[in-house]
Amino acid sequence: MALIELRDVRRVYDLGEVQVHALRTVSLEIQRGEYIALVGPSGSGKSTLMNTLGCLDRPTYGSYLLDGQEIVSMNRDQRARIRNKQLGFVFQNFNLLNRTSALENVELPLMYGPRLSARQRHDRAREVLDQVGLGDRYHHHPSQLSGGQQQRVAIARALVNRPSILMGDEPTGNLDSQTSREVIALFQELNETQKITVILVTHDPNIARNSKRTIVLRDGEVVEDTTDFAKAKAALDAEGDP
Amino acid sequence: MSFFDTIRIALRALLKNKMRAVLTIIGVVIGIAAVTTIVSIGQGANRLVQGELQNLGTNVIFVIPGQTTDGGVRQNDAPSLTAADAEAIRMECPAVLAASPLVFTGGQVIYGNENWSPKEMLGVGTDFLLVRNWGLQAGSFFSEADVESKAKVCVIGQTLIPKLFRTTNPIGETLRVNNVPMRVIGVLSKKGANMVGDDQDNLLLMPQTTVRKRLLGSPMDNIHAIMVSARSTNQMSAATRQIRNLLLERHDIAPGEEDDFDITDMEEVAGTLGMITGTLTLMLSAIAGISLVVGGVGIMNIMLVSVTERTREIGIRMALGARGRDILWQFLIESVVLSSIGGVIGLALGTGMSMAATMLINAYKPGTQWPMVVSFPAALVAMGFAAAVGVFFGFYPARRASKLDPIDALRYE
Repeated sequence: MALIELRDVRRVYDLGEVQVHALRTVSLEIQRGEYIALVGPSGSGKSTLMNTLGCLDRPTYGSYLLDGQEIVSMNRDQRARIRNKQLGFVFQNFNLLNRTSALENVELPLMYGPRLSARQRHDRAREVLDQVGLGDRYHHHPSQLSGGQQQRVAIARALVNRPSILMGDEPTGNLDSQTSREVIALFQELNETQKITVILVTHDPNIARNSKRTIVLRDGEVVEDTTDFAKAKAALDAEGDP
Repeated sequence: MSFFDTIRIALRALLKNKMRAVLTIIGVVIGIAAVTTIVSIGQGANRLVQGELQNLGTNVIFVIPGQTTDGGVRQNDAPSLTAADAEAIRMECPAVLAASPLVFTGGQVIYGNENWSPKEMLGVGTDFLLVRNWGLQAGSFFSEADVESKAKVCVIGQTLIPKLFRTTNPIGETLRVNNVPMRVIGVLSKKGANMVGDDQDNLLLMPQTTVRKRLLGSPMDNIHAIMVSARSTNQMSAATRQIRNLLLERHDIAPGEEDDFDITDMEEVAGTLGMITGTLTLMLSAIAGISLVVGGVGIMNIMLVSVTERTREIGIRMALGARGRDILWQFLIESVVLSSIGGVIGLALGTGMSMAATMLINAYKPGTQWPMVVSFPAALVAMGFAAAVGVFFGFYPARRASKLDPIDALRYE
């Protein structure tokens, strides 16, 4: 069984007089352990697809099975629970809580999950911070960390509840090329050693080149879904230059 | 998320904006302090009134002459009550514990070179001490025989001792009351000032017969009032009814005719006074309560600002798995923590202010013993009220936060 199964997923934003079709019809399957790049020009619907996959948004139509569970019919609280247990998010602007230590930022998802003692939470948070190479930065606040370090804290936070899927929305968008490469290497390592499914929305060709599978979106539809980066690049370029 | 974690997060959020938190808390402090002070002073007033009435004697009923009609002439203060009426009330009304006639007089008291005019000079019966709930410090009170024989004896209040005797033991000494020699046979225990600050110990008691016949020289048998004590508070109304029936019969008043006496019971007076102080307290508390509402609006305002400022934080928490109710609790607890801190400080401040007010009243009017009332239940109510303000005014902002859409909240700049 596929980890993710989208069937004819549509998302329409009703703006009163106009209806915006962010996703026209998307059907795809993602297996456990895949490493996927979602690419496409702005307005192509890749963020909407990401929010949908991340259970932050609910499709207007269609079916989304995550690990066999239908997400579309779930209420807010049930989706919050899925986000907490199954999904880890990494954002372009890190989205860490200010004036809060790295350790406490990483502990956040544990507070909304199953009951753990404060000691268990600390231990778990330390463990993942060590894993992303920030074992010496537990008590630093985000403002005291570099961009790359902040993104590592965010990745640690995404991993702390041992999710099956790690989602990144332009995770290297605010980083310089050197740091970007380090972060990408971390994603790859997590994918290879821990078999975590990685789905990244990106503009960065380096990320797309390194992914095992690339999905190209345009005008709310999947126009290319391939393991061959050259083909994906061709599709992207062809459409970007009509 | 555990309750303890929620409180910790709330405290941390408040500490990030210390100045703002302090200003918001001050709003609640003023409200709670105002209500606490006024309730405390109001309860003091009530306690004072009750204490005063207790002091006057327990379950006291006054019988005074009413108006009479004599050949078409209606007059007040008719000489309608007699010592025999008092005796009859005492003997025949089962709900009555004791009754004493009262005869008012005044004048000068002389001992050796000293003279003094006591504020009150009363002719009374043997039951007087029982009715007034008063005791003797030294000596003895009049006997039935003293009353019977119009004996030239008296009992003095504490205030008279320094005025007349200085260091001499007054018992057995002879005073001249309006030039009638009277032997002092007893000294009353100290009663202190009453609620308006009048000295109650500035008093001279004599047998009512002695006052009527020897001081006033009255040929009539009438007395000025009868002071009665019922057996218990519950029997007040029974006693009043029995006294009325007895006097109607004794005074030959036919049904339909006007009574020639009035009966006032102190319970009624206490009730009326209690109602007045209670109403005043309630009214002033309501006014003070307005400031609490203003404080609450302050909390609401600051919580709304806080929710807006922290929209992105809310989005992050939601993306990480916080449910609407987790967010709701976080902000609600924050608001309750604010108002509760305000409540504690307000309570302390209010208690201090009512202490100061009490001291001021007592200093301004010497002799007044305004009681300081700080009741534990009232403090609990104040705290509960403060927390309730937090819940009430924090709920709307918290609910708004919990209803945010995670995607919009994450995008919020």
